[in-house]
Amino acid sequence: MGSLSVILLVADLRFHTLEWVRTVVMTMTWPLRRAVHLPAEAGSELSKNLTSLLSLQSENKVLQQRQVASAHLLLRQKHLEQENRQLRALLEMKERQPVEGKIAEILYSVRDSFSRRVIVSKGSQEGIVVGQSVVDDIGVIGQVTRVFPMASEITLLTDKEQAVPVQVERNGLRAVLGGMGTGNLELRFLATNVDVQPGDILMTSGLDGVYLPGLPAAKVESIERDNSSTFARIRCIPLSGIERHGLVLILGIRQIPSLSTLTTTP
Amino acid sequence: MQPTHFSRQILLPANHRFIALTLVVALLFNMLPMGRMVGIPDWVALVLVFWCIHQPMKIGMGVAFFLGLFMDVVDGSVMGQHPMAYVLMAFAAGEFSKRILWFRLSMQMLHVVVLLLGMQGVMLMVRMMGGGDFPGVLWFLGSLTAVALWYPLTYLLLLPQYQPVERDDTRPI
Repeated sequence: MGSLSVILLVADLRFHTLEWVRTVVMTMTWPLRRAVHLPAEAGSELSKNLTSLLSLQSENKVLQQRQVASAHLLLRQKHLEQENRQLRALLEMKERQPVEGKIAEILYSVRDSFSRRVIVSKGSQEGIVVGQSVVDDIGVIGQVTRVFPMASEITLLTDKEQAVPVQVERNGLRAVLGGMGTGNLELRFLATNVDVQPGDILMTSGLDGVYLPGLPAAKVESIERDNSSTFARIRCIPLSGIERHGLVLILGIRQIPSLSTLTTTP
Repeated sequence: MQPTHFSRQILLPANHRFIALTLVVALLFNMLPMGRMVGIPDWVALVLVFWCIHQPMKIGMGVAFFLGLFMDVVDGSVMGQHPMAYVLMAFAAGEFSKRILWFRLSMQMLHVVVLLLGMQGVMLMVRMMGGGDFPGVLWFLGSLTAVALWYPLTYLLLLPQYQPVERDDTRPI
């Protein structure tokens, strides 16, 4: 029995050949799991209904402020998009495909204590595939790593295995943002004398071909410049409500213009 | 069969269906969306270790393996992580069953907590080798809360076996 477990472990960790078992069991037990979740959901609905007027008012105020703050951007977006299209046409570049998204709901976070993942309510039946990036209303959340018929699993940015290429908004410095596993993030492999300040906003650079460029990802919290180590220790906190529950947007697979279309010369 | 080996009380033989039912209920409890809350016991492990100690002839490593497989899917963990830990725990529990049942409940708890912590230790080892991140010391709190439930659990799970075979109001005992 023990050795059988070891075989399973190796098959899953090393060769990833057991996904079908997972899918079959997950699909078979899905109605059961939804049934088990019902009381918990009812509880959270109840607490939502009992939320005091005061907190709703303050939330409303915050949302209104955010709306006003972003209104001018929205108003000018059409104009900017048109301008952008003209400029791109001028440059004879392939137009970037508009990426469509699907709204899904975070159902629950995975119980596994060794990683940071959540399950959302849309799966392969809705056309979700592995590798899609996921955002919420503030910024990047993570990436789809497993797909079941009725649900899919998202590995959060804060997971230790997740790495996202980012850019510092202030000066365009490119770096790799990785999870620390503790709910925080770190900017990896940057020299101790690097120009990063606490409070800097990190945006996805899009170099990985997965995330769209320009999505807010994290904020630099503290920097430790230790001369004895090669790299600076830069702690960041995620911008989006990563560990909260709510609605998320699963962005479509990003279409990268192929190399031939990029290098065509007149 | 007695609740403990020094007990004077004689129990009915355990019902297969009841054992299966308790394990399924434990699975359902484990499916509850608790997220990353600390101190939530692993219900399946707790019920499994209970039956491995009380019914070592009926529940053992085979059941532990399949329950573990199921838990891997439920938890979204690496396939084989739970079977490995559960099988080792079931083996140890079955081996120590004769010894553990000679103690009173409070002393049994000390044995069970070691079994549960050992099970978590195996999982930790497996996942650290697989590149997972350390969940923090508080993760082990789950075993402590689980073992704190040993008293009510023993009473609850042995309840059907306490009932007399036939109802007889004139019986002396």
